[in-house]
Amino acid sequence: MSTAKKSAPMRSALGRVRHLGSAKEGVQHWWAQRLTALALVPLTLWFVASIAWLAGADHAGFTGWVARPHNALLMILLLGAGFHHAQLGLQVVIEDYVHGEGAKLAALIVVKFAALLLALAGIFAVLKIAFGA
Amino acid sequence: MVELALPRHSQVKEGKTFPAPAGAKTVKTFKIYRWDPETGENPRVDSYDIDLDACGPMVLDALIKIKNEIDPSLTFRRSCREGICGSCSMNIDGGNTLACIKPIEECAGDVPVYPLPHMDVIKDLVPDLTKIWAQYESVEPWLQAETTAPSRERLQSPEEREKLDGLWECILCFCCSTSCPSYWWNGDRFLGPAILLQAYRWIADSRDERTGERLDNLEDPFRLYRCHTIMNCTRTCPKGLNPAKAIGEIKKLMVERR
Repeated sequence: MSTAKKSAPMRSALGRVRHLGSAKEGVQHWWAQRLTALALVPLTLWFVASIAWLAGADHAGFTGWVARPHNALLMILLLGAGFHHAQLGLQVVIEDYVHGEGAKLAALIVVKFAALLLALAGIFAVLKIAFGA
Repeated sequence: MVELALPRHSQVKEGKTFPAPAGAKTVKTFKIYRWDPETGENPRVDSYDIDLDACGPMVLDALIKIKNEIDPSLTFRRSCREGICGSCSMNIDGGNTLACIKPIEECAGDVPVYPLPHMDVIKDLVPDLTKIWAQYESVEPWLQAETTAPSRERLQSPEEREKLDGLWECILCFCCSTSCPSYWWNGDRFLGPAILLQAYRWIADSRDERTGERLDNLEDPFRLYRCHTIMNCTRTCPKGLNPAKAIGEIKKLMVERR
């Protein structure tokens, strides 16, 4: 094992700032975050109002509500937009605060896989109820 | 990188106290961050009691009085003393501003004076600006045009010229960038509000012919999109400019050109 002291980096300040250059991406992420936010305003209002209206209903009441085509469709949109928006936002938080490349990559993979899994599970459940299997 | 606690050698200790001269009627205490790399000691906060009846109205007047009359070792940058050179930017009474245009009477109670936040310190109130100047250089802040230069100046309509208002007034004091949490955590890759406002100053200039290349250079999750519209930049700017709006304009152009 070497005990040699690591020498100080001598790259110029400009070289460090330019580094690998711009990634030429970020606008799609930014735009998708805003579009999903916009979609979630009416979807969330609809969802909260519906749940409030269903308060006190039994299991059959809830599944019967989900099974109606327009409710199933809006529910799928809510799940898709919600989890997409959530993983875009969590990606930003992770990039802000997690600085080790390995830990950052691991956290991003966990968040993206989990969001996809949860969204698909939710959509699958809605379809299962809607098609009455 | 997020740092919740200061490293041990950066923890600030209590420093010396310099009492006001006998007979002083209006006394204000300035609590000033001191650090000298040559001593190997931790930073400390020295207290200077100043007789305001024998001092100019601005915080910079008090700093100069301390340096001239009380403690010549106090180190800070200053030049124009009228808010146009951007040298004396520092953190006064909890906010980033220019010492030369910050009235002492605006500070209730003692006046804490620290260097610009989250920058390496060279000595006392002097931050190391090497990186941020390199970031400025990286946006190529000069007019770039391929059309053959006319025999006189390149013309611009009054409406085109108006688009530069609120941008050209920036004096690069970096109060905004050093007030931005995103710049604190990711200042090695995020360009920060001052540099992005300067970048937009050339993007918005009708005479410049490299708008697309300038946008290419900024389109990056870190260089541009670490801005989360926190707005500290606009709140703290001692010149009353709006870097957050300039960044918003860049983001709008990014969408427009997709």
